[in-house]
Amino acid sequence: MKTNMKWKALLIALVMMVFGWSMYPPQEKIPLGLDLRGGIHLIMKVNTVDAVRAVTDETVDALGTLLDDESISFQAIESEEPAQIRVSGLDINQDQAFRALIETNFLSWDPTRPEPGVWELRMRAAELNRVREETVAQAIETIRRRVDALGVAEPVIAPHGDQGDQILVQLPGFDDVARAKEIIRSTAKLELKLVEAGPAASREQLLQGREQPPSGSEILPGASQTGAADQVFYLVEHVPVITGRDLKNARQSIDYETNTPNVSFTLQPEGANRFRRATQANLGRQLAIVLDGQVMSSPVIQSAIYDEGQITGRFTLEEAQDLALVLRSGALPASLEYQEERTVGPSLGADSIRSGVTASLVGLAAVVLFLLVYYRLSGINAVVAMVLNLVMLLGAMAYFGATLTLPGIAGVILTIGMGVDSNVLIFERIKEEMRGGKTPRTAISAGFGKVFWTIFDTHLTSLVAALILFQFGTGPVQGFAVTLSIGLLANVFTSIFVSRFLFDLILGGRRQVEALSI
Amino acid sequence: MDILRDTHINWLKYRWYFFSISLVLFLVGAVDIYRKGGLRYGIDFSEGTIVYAKFENTPEIESIRQALANSSLGEVIIQRYDQPSLNQVMIRAERQAEQTGDLDTAANQILDTLRERYQENRLVDSSTEIVGPVVGQELRRKARNATLLALAAMLIYIGLRFEFIYGVGATIAVLHDVLLTLGLLSLFGYEISLNVIAAFLTLVGYSVNDTIVIFDRVRENRRFLRRKSLDEIINLAINQNLRRTLLTAGATFLTVLSLYLVGGEVLRSFSFVLVVGIIVGTYSTLAIASPVVSWWRRVREKRTLDRAKTEAPAAPRAS
Repeated sequence: MKTNMKWKALLIALVMMVFGWSMYPPQEKIPLGLDLRGGIHLIMKVNTVDAVRAVTDETVDALGTLLDDESISFQAIESEEPAQIRVSGLDINQDQAFRALIETNFLSWDPTRPEPGVWELRMRAAELNRVREETVAQAIETIRRRVDALGVAEPVIAPHGDQGDQILVQLPGFDDVARAKEIIRSTAKLELKLVEAGPAASREQLLQGREQPPSGSEILPGASQTGAADQVFYLVEHVPVITGRDLKNARQSIDYETNTPNVSFTLQPEGANRFRRATQANLGRQLAIVLDGQVMSSPVIQSAIYDEGQITGRFTLEEAQDLALVLRSGALPASLEYQEERTVGPSLGADSIRSGVTASLVGLAAVVLFLLVYYRLSGINAVVAMVLNLVMLLGAMAYFGATLTLPGIAGVILTIGMGVDSNVLIFERIKEEMRGGKTPRTAISAGFGKVFWTIFDTHLTSLVAALILFQFGTGPVQGFAVTLSIGLLANVFTSIFVSRFLFDLILGGRRQVEALSI
Repeated sequence: MDILRDTHINWLKYRWYFFSISLVLFLVGAVDIYRKGGLRYGIDFSEGTIVYAKFENTPEIESIRQALANSSLGEVIIQRYDQPSLNQVMIRAERQAEQTGDLDTAANQILDTLRERYQENRLVDSSTEIVGPVVGQELRRKARNATLLALAAMLIYIGLRFEFIYGVGATIAVLHDVLLTLGLLSLFGYEISLNVIAAFLTLVGYSVNDTIVIFDRVRENRRFLRRKSLDEIINLAINQNLRRTLLTAGATFLTVLSLYLVGGEVLRSFSFVLVVGIIVGTYSTLAIASPVVSWWRRVREKRTLDRAKTEAPAAPRAS
């Protein structure tokens, strides 16, 4: 063998070893996609407006305090829409002072004055985007913590869609859809608020003829403590004593009095301090435990509480466990809305993979048979190239962590088809050159030389199509695009380099070659 | 072994036959789409709920229909799905206008009914697909953009590597393939799903692939055979590559056909597009792409001739 050939042989062996090692054993290295393995696929929209609303409310509170501190008098601060605040009844002489206050303290708000004594603040676009992006990122983080706690292997949790406000969640192998959805979606916003009045049977009873609850307080619904099905209402302080952010831990426990499952939580030092002071100062008052705007219970404060608490309600064991889980993972910054939901039952996925694999094997067998019958010995050459192509394809997929989906299998089959195309193109050209009177050796050389640019052009255009497909892709289509792209690249290597090497190898030993089995 | 040695067919001579065949196929498809009130979109692109239910034994469609009839689901389509031995049923429900709240109401209702009603022939496993209104619209737009983008990218690439008119020829051929296949898709009653879009983009790639192989040979021949007319050169290129075209189309066809026949119901419409696409994509190279290039050459030659004629009498006056 010439030195040149030795280097080529070494390169091919090396490539095959790297890819072969990468893909072996394929059952472990290339995970099956949802469609083949069963699982849950969810697309949801983050209602970022919730977060904008929350930021606006915080700003309203902060602005009120600051105006009082600076003794700028005003009548009301209201926000009718998220990202908009209206301050009315301002002293006209304090216009400049108000403006200066906004421009130094509320940089992300744009002040305008529609009429004397009234100012309107609008959240700047950059700030609005920042809040939205942050909300989606936070939601993804929270969902990830919850899914990890569920113990799902290889979940996908990623931003989705053009608007940037969608999240894609894929839970392979998990089939309790209702539970997964509940855990992902529950906002889990925990607040402990002091009760001013209640429980009462209706809102009107609490309002006592007023139009709205007194400032600094609000009315929240809750389940009746006596076990009756009807709703009750509480008048509670608007500002919570502690919130879910102060939690250190939450776990499912058993209420010893009623022997029912509940959730107990512990607080972080700072929150614990606040909690102790608040409970100390309000002995004998009720403390409402509010979850997602619903009063779960309202125990009377018997003594100062340090850093522990319990949430009771009529939970089943699993509900209590799940509540502890979502409390531990933190509240979602905004509510979620499901937009797309796909579940694949495990045995249905198994049926699909059986069909897909059968189809691949049948297709493969047909092509191999065709190549061997039509091209005889050179057909072996093509078959070897095809097998190497498959090894490279699977190896690269394992390396990139791609999952094998049903369309992905289709992509593999199509790659085989295109690989055969390259070989046929080359072989036919060699035959043509030989008919023109060339010896096998020169015919092979001419054949490969002339066909190179054809293969280059065809593969590059297909690659362009595959990349666009990937851009467009959601889930299955992307899997197809990935396998096709990798397959195309592998194909150029095997059909041009490896196939040529094999021809040279066959002819290498002989000085005079009269015929070629092609 | 060899098939079809040294063919000398004048392909371009038959261009009007090809155009007529394509036109007829196109009209058949168009009429069918019109008759059915537009293309049928699968759940990916519209909205609604599909439940795939797998039973222990052979399910009875009619009894499922009755079980689901007195529910608030509205019109429900119930079909057997995949091979009979798998005992699968597909149930599709449109989203009800008055339906609010959670997306999965319909799916849960269907599954609960099935579980309740079928105690002996139990529900073994199920899959669901639920698509909300927003997702479907977004996908439709994305699919259209992706296809147009792929076409534009290829037009530019071929235009750069060959001549611009070659890119135009290939693009028209691909457009022809997509339209004919769409018609056949409708004729055979398949829906357009996400997988079908993937198949269409593959078809685009395959068709251009096939066209480039021929154009590449035309380019090569023009370098060696300067005396021959473009038509002769195109015919020669097609004939030279005829065996390759038949063999590769045949081999790819085999793989795709196996997908269509044994790949299971999930891949049926996907592989249908590819089965049709490989035939149409191969055919369009010689029936559409090549005639377009040859026709453009003739138009240009005529134009130069006309210009020469009109300029010739003007010349003396100018001097």
